[in-house]
Amino acid sequence: MTEPAISVHDLTKRFGDRTVVDRVSLSVERGEIAGFLGPNGSGKTTTIRLMCGLLQPDGGTGRVLGHDILTDRGAIKREVGYMTQRFSFYEDLTIEENLNFVAGLYRMTRRREVVRETLQDLGLYSRRGQLAGALSGGWKQRLALAACVMHRPKLLMLDEPTAGVDPKARRDFWDEIHRLAADGLTVLVSTHYMDEAERCHRINYISYGTLVARGTVAEVVRDAGLTTVIVTGERTAEAARRLAGAAGVDQIAPFGNALHVVGRDGAALRASVARVAEETGTRMADAETSLEDVFIQLMGDAQDNMA
Amino acid sequence: MTRILSFTRLWALLVKETIQMRRDRVTFAMMIGIPLVQLMLFGFAINTDPKELPAALVAPTQDRFTRAMVSALELTGYYRFIAPDATAAEAEEMIARGDVVFVVTVPSDFGRRAERGDAPSILIEADATDPSVASGAISTLGTVASEALQREAGGAQSDGQALSVVVHKRYNPEGITQYNIVPGLLGVILQLTMVMMTAMALTRETERGTMENLLSMPATPLEIMLGKVVPYLGVGAVQVVVVLVASKAIFDIPMVGHLWVILFGIFVFVLALVILGYLISTVSRTQMQAMQLTFFFFLPSIMLSGFMFPYRGMPGWAQTLGEVFPLTHFLRLIRSVMLKGADAQTVAQSLAALGVFVLILSLAALLRFRRTLD
Ligand SMILES: Nc1ncnc2c1ncn2[C@@H]1O[C@H](COP(=O)(O)OP(=O)(O)OP(=O)(O)O)[C@@H](O)[C@H]1O
Ligand SMILES: [Mg+2]
Repeated sequence: MTEPAISVHDLTKRFGDRTVVDRVSLSVERGEIAGFLGPNGSGKTTTIRLMCGLLQPDGGTGRVLGHDILTDRGAIKREVGYMTQRFSFYEDLTIEENLNFVAGLYRMTRRREVVRETLQDLGLYSRRGQLAGALSGGWKQRLALAACVMHRPKLLMLDEPTAGVDPKARRDFWDEIHRLAADGLTVLVSTHYMDEAERCHRINYISYGTLVARGTVAEVVRDAGLTTVIVTGERTAEAARRLAGAAGVDQIAPFGNALHVVGRDGAALRASVARVAEETGTRMADAETSLEDVFIQLMGDAQDNMA
Repeated sequence: MTRILSFTRLWALLVKETIQMRRDRVTFAMMIGIPLVQLMLFGFAINTDPKELPAALVAPTQDRFTRAMVSALELTGYYRFIAPDATAAEAEEMIARGDVVFVVTVPSDFGRRAERGDAPSILIEADATDPSVASGAISTLGTVASEALQREAGGAQSDGQALSVVVHKRYNPEGITQYNIVPGLLGVILQLTMVMMTAMALTRETERGTMENLLSMPATPLEIMLGKVVPYLGVGAVQVVVVLVASKAIFDIPMVGHLWVILFGIFVFVLALVILGYLISTVSRTQMQAMQLTFFFFLPSIMLSGFMFPYRGMPGWAQTLGEVFPLTHFLRLIRSVMLKGADAQTVAQSLAALGVFVLILSLAALLRFRRTLD
């Protein structure tokens, strides 16, 4: 059994007196696509930076690709491709100059060809002389992604790589990720999109600096232990009003003219919904709990903890 | 395995920095424009009357007449004899290096002739590279010295022979202020632009958010430093040519020394400057801070380096403080070489001092460099 690509224990990072990452332990197998999820400000970017050796942790240990994150930053930098959340290539260099720069820093052989192939794959070959700053947001993301896989890293850390990218490009991107993973590349990707989370082998959910759920999508949904029922009919809006605050009801979300009602206490939830359905003349049916339902539940719990 | 300097990586960094520099039109124009404007402004504007200037005394026979005259000279407040017993060769070297501004030579028959009543003579050589230094001191000289001599000889021959004082204004006989100011300006201009530009080097990356990416790639601190600093050596070279040509064309400054000594001195000085700028950028978090730190350093270095006021005319503590600025050593060097034709050996001390700055500043910058984003 080979060592996992990422294995960190009790990583902690404080900014001033705020603990932004609190004893996070994470393990990602080689060849795995690991999703990294959590609300805004929960510490995803900070955790990724700790693992790339870009921040000095205040506590914890870990190894990335077998290299110690505290002492072996140089090796990590050579073997990891990190795509930052915010575009951080040089806007005053052209697309091609940016790629040349990256190729040089990684001391790649056949730099000229690799850069040309990358440009062609991206479909940016004819625009290679354009300043990177003049690209649209989505194209900047695609350029950044291409730049960080160019040196054939063994591990990719992608921080919201598809934010602002159109659906077709996102589909292509995920196909590419799966292809690379099949060849043995490990990927850690943070995202806010549920469909992307579902395309990961395993997901890790972080909230207020603490890792609160992990596993395959099915495991995370199952472990959440939620019950979901759908209410349909004419008067779903009134049903929603009546259900608010009812026993066992934690979330009510309208989807078109159906209502998703989610709760942890299945029996109480069903009783409440049955009563309201009768009062409003709507129908109820059991449904699968979605990953999104689970995340919203987790976010709500975390806020309760904070209060 | 982990090499601290890879030429492939360094080359990538250099190409990137050079392109960025070239694309920043305004800054680029400033790098050439600033030197010219400053040269014209200061070149025509600055003048001064300093006291307590160091002097050397060459007097093979130190009799009472000599002592009387020396103490009278000191009483004027213009002279301070730091080498009261120098040989002619020593004195020559000291004035070339700029350690003394005057050399007073009293011939060996001075006392004899004074006693006999013959008109004795003394020779005063003044370093006139800074004309303001020499003028006041020289104008009081004749009267002071002959009065002292007469007092010493006794009132007897009250209407006796006058002392003949021979004055040699060295290096700049016509007393042209620009001869002193312009080589100094070269130093000041280089300092302003070089330090300021490189002080922005890292803060610009931090402010634009590109630092995160740069740090996540395998460039070492040494490579990043060289990548940032070396392109500015090129800019410095352009500035040097502009200023040297303008000095010759507009102000007709003589260039007595060897060109290669001048250029080598400038090279070491510019190296010290860009690394100083880089050091500033490793300690600043924003471009604003970098700018403030640059000025915090800039003003005192102009005041205390001997650019504004003759270095040897400043109080002792100010001179000591002045030693911590590369500009001080550079001014000493460039004036000696350009105006006095000093050779590399004569200015070795200044060169060594600049070299020490380069070493210390590089080391400090490498240690200060933050490899992480905290
Ligand atoms: N350099 C810093 N100094 C101080 N606080 C910081 C710093 N970087 C991040 N933080 C704080 O740490 C917390 C976590 O930030 P982080 O960027 O890791 O969140 P995130 O999960 O990536 O959020 P998002 O989904 O919005 O990208 C935030 O509250 C942020 O304000
Ligand atoms: Mg983030």
